[in-house]
Amino acid sequence: MKEISCKLIVIGAGPGGYVCAIRAGQLGLDAVIVEAKRLGGACLNVGCIPSKALIHAAEEFEKVRHMAAGESPLGISLSAPEIDLAKTIAWKDGVVSRLRGGVAGLLKRGKVKIVAGAATFRDGKTIAVETETGLQVIRAEAIVIATGSAPVELPFLPFGGSVISSTEALSLDKVPQKLVVVGGGYIGLELGTAFAKMGSAVTVVEATARILPQYDSELTRPVAKRLSELGVKTLTDAKAKGLSAKGEALLVEVGGEKEIRLGADKILVTVGRRPVTEGWGREELVLDMDGPFIRIDDQCRTSMRGVYAIGDVTGEPMLAHRAMAQGEMVAEIVAGHKRSWDKRAIPAVCFTDPEIVSAGLSPEEAGRAGTAIKVGQFPFSANGRAMTKLDEDGFVRVVARADNHLLLGIQAVGHDVSELTAAFGLALEMGARLEDVAGTIHAHPTLGEALQEAALRALGRALHI
Amino acid sequence: MGEHVIKLPDVGEGVAQAELVEWHVKVGDLVREDMILAAVMTDKATVEIPSPVSGEVLWLGAEVGDSVAVGSPLIRLKVEGEGSPPSLVAAAATPLAQTEDMPKALAQSAIPTAGKANLQARGAPSGAPRPEGDRPLASPAVRLRAKEAGVDLRQVSGSGPAGRISHQDLDAFIARGPQAARSIGLQQNNSVEDVKLVGLRRRTAEKMALANARIAHITYIEEVDVTALEDLRAALNKQKRPDQSRLTLLPFLMRAMVRAIADQPNFNALFDDEAGIIHQHGGVHIGVAAQTPSGLVVAVVKHAEARDLWDCGAEVNRLAEAAKTGSATREELSGSTITITSLGAMGGVATTPIINYPEVAIVGVNKIMVRPVWDGSGFIPRKIMNLSSSFDHRVIDGWNAALFVQRIKTLLETPAMIFVEG
Repeated sequence: MKEISCKLIVIGAGPGGYVCAIRAGQLGLDAVIVEAKRLGGACLNVGCIPSKALIHAAEEFEKVRHMAAGESPLGISLSAPEIDLAKTIAWKDGVVSRLRGGVAGLLKRGKVKIVAGAATFRDGKTIAVETETGLQVIRAEAIVIATGSAPVELPFLPFGGSVISSTEALSLDKVPQKLVVVGGGYIGLELGTAFAKMGSAVTVVEATARILPQYDSELTRPVAKRLSELGVKTLTDAKAKGLSAKGEALLVEVGGEKEIRLGADKILVTVGRRPVTEGWGREELVLDMDGPFIRIDDQCRTSMRGVYAIGDVTGEPMLAHRAMAQGEMVAEIVAGHKRSWDKRAIPAVCFTDPEIVSAGLSPEEAGRAGTAIKVGQFPFSANGRAMTKLDEDGFVRVVARADNHLLLGIQAVGHDVSELTAAFGLALEMGARLEDVAGTIHAHPTLGEALQEAALRALGRALHI
Repeated sequence: MGEHVIKLPDVGEGVAQAELVEWHVKVGDLVREDMILAAVMTDKATVEIPSPVSGEVLWLGAEVGDSVAVGSPLIRLKVEGEGSPPSLVAAAATPLAQTEDMPKALAQSAIPTAGKANLQARGAPSGAPRPEGDRPLASPAVRLRAKEAGVDLRQVSGSGPAGRISHQDLDAFIARGPQAARSIGLQQNNSVEDVKLVGLRRRTAEKMALANARIAHITYIEEVDVTALEDLRAALNKQKRPDQSRLTLLPFLMRAMVRAIADQPNFNALFDDEAGIIHQHGGVHIGVAAQTPSGLVVAVVKHAEARDLWDCGAEVNRLAEAAKTGSATREELSGSTITITSLGAMGGVATTPIINYPEVAIVGVNKIMVRPVWDGSGFIPRKIMNLSSSFDHRVIDGWNAALFVQRIKTLLETPAMIFVEG
């Protein structure tokens, strides 16, 4: 048995973990990162990145299919396209592996030692890693738990066979003819849309009254409209009950009474993600929990001295960029810098068609907080760039305090609005007022003009509507 | 959709302007008919302005603390239908002014509430400390620097729009020295909070300054043995009818003052120093200064000369209650010709009362204390109370002031004399 000691151990090389380790390396800390699977975590390998690759491929395919059907107003015609999903997946794997190589390179440059294997706590300062070459014991002054999250499995619909999680959905070798998606949240709709565009007959089964329940209906309406254009059926107030006896169909209870059978080649279960709080020796520690999550304070410290936790294992929102910011902060705290979590906004993007973006407070949330607000909304149907891209659905919406016009939140729905997130986040972090956004020149013709116009509209002086 | 302008109605006899003390609505609010829009304060009464129509508030014509002239636009509403044409606006908005029976109409539609002053200023001025619970507004770079310098940004006021804290604000805070940033131990407090004087507080300030500037005060303090008076009071209270309220010392003092004024009528007067005329009143209208939750008001017992002891007591109680709950009318809070000031149990040994201008005399009641008194052979415990009274020395000489107080002292020490005629 080998023993080493270092300043910092990071358990888990997802976006939170690897950023923490890279930053620690930059700060000259002697850091070790332990990963049982692949560098990059769920995000890079089976989450954000591969899904966006697949979504892009599906979008391109749908576009040309649309043109081939003679439906394009752009005057382009071509013969019917085909998609070879195995090739698409191989391309996606190439992207993922290049990024993974990048992470490895960055860690190396930071002189971070990478240990491959499953880590288990022995006590609050020591872990043991089962590596290929034997048990490696590592001691450190500080340990960061960045074990992430995993797809939630339904007990009556266990993964295996035709029942798949998002991970398997991103590595199928052919497009399923009939796909049923259980769970109408963002992951299910992103993948469901992609498969519909590649030719699957998709049905979404959502237990609540509407899809994407965390967003207000104004934001989700364009998505629902597009889903129906793509032929995706959405069943709301519908509960999956289990597989049929032969396994070729999903039994679904709709509206609390009648049970229907949905024939399916694949059943994609996307009912949420759970924090990975088992399998790494939590029982050896005395960690206060916050529901299923590890409780942390504003410096990501757990209830044990020297033990930090970051990312999905610490709670909602389970987003890579939140984990990254936490990881960066923890590395700096361990290096002796004074830091605490003071972010104003964690933007969230839903890569459906069209995309939904939300940063800060929605009008409803701001209203619930008791703040008097002003809301300004500008539709892309009045935006020149959106028209030239045939993407007129959607809008940008700003929410500001009524008294001093401080921006509280910005939301948008529309094609490519994910790229506007940078502006939304910057405005909120900088404490911009409506006048600041309204007084900034936004390049013409771009989708970003809708942000300026929404701010102008909240001030009662929109120019282009 | 039309627009309806509401102007400040005529809120009382001879009042040309009133101070806006509170908005009940803000721009964008929807109001229903009869909803209270604002409160304005005249001499000593607050009058609430109800909305004559339903609509949406478009514009507010004054800030809290502003003086608004009667008839000037106060608020604009967006209303269903035509609204009020500009030429008819005044008539529609101030129907009260058209009515012959002005005070009655006013009483129906405007509920005067005494002393209801709202000291809360609207909005936070730039640079002032932010409201409780508001997060400090600063860019990430400023936040980071503050963190590294150990500065809690909640303590830093921001000079930028919406109170945003700039690098310069942070520099200034740090430059103020370690005591500003030190987080433990006793700390200097260098904050200055600007409180705008509005409503009753401002009126009181103006009136006190006027009284102190114009009147040459002479204050005369004398002790009064109230043992006999207290015995009489206790006996009367013991046998009072159920419908009578308990007597305090005040009604006795009032009746004694009525007797003293009968001998010296120039003490019950209003001195018009501009015209050089002393208005000596036959009726004795005794103001009783009372502390209410929102400030100092003077409730007036009218015609004390025509009220007996029980009546004086009942009227004082009624007015004190009305003043405290803010339901006293403007009439009940004005028209005094002489004033009593009492701090009750907080009365202290002596005070130097300021005369309620343009009156010429004020009688201050201090606390009753049991003191040893030499009766020639030994010390005996007696209930002693001081009277601290101020007079306008321009029109009352010290000798006469002393005579007035001595007369009251004699009456109170031998209380039967208060009630014996002739």
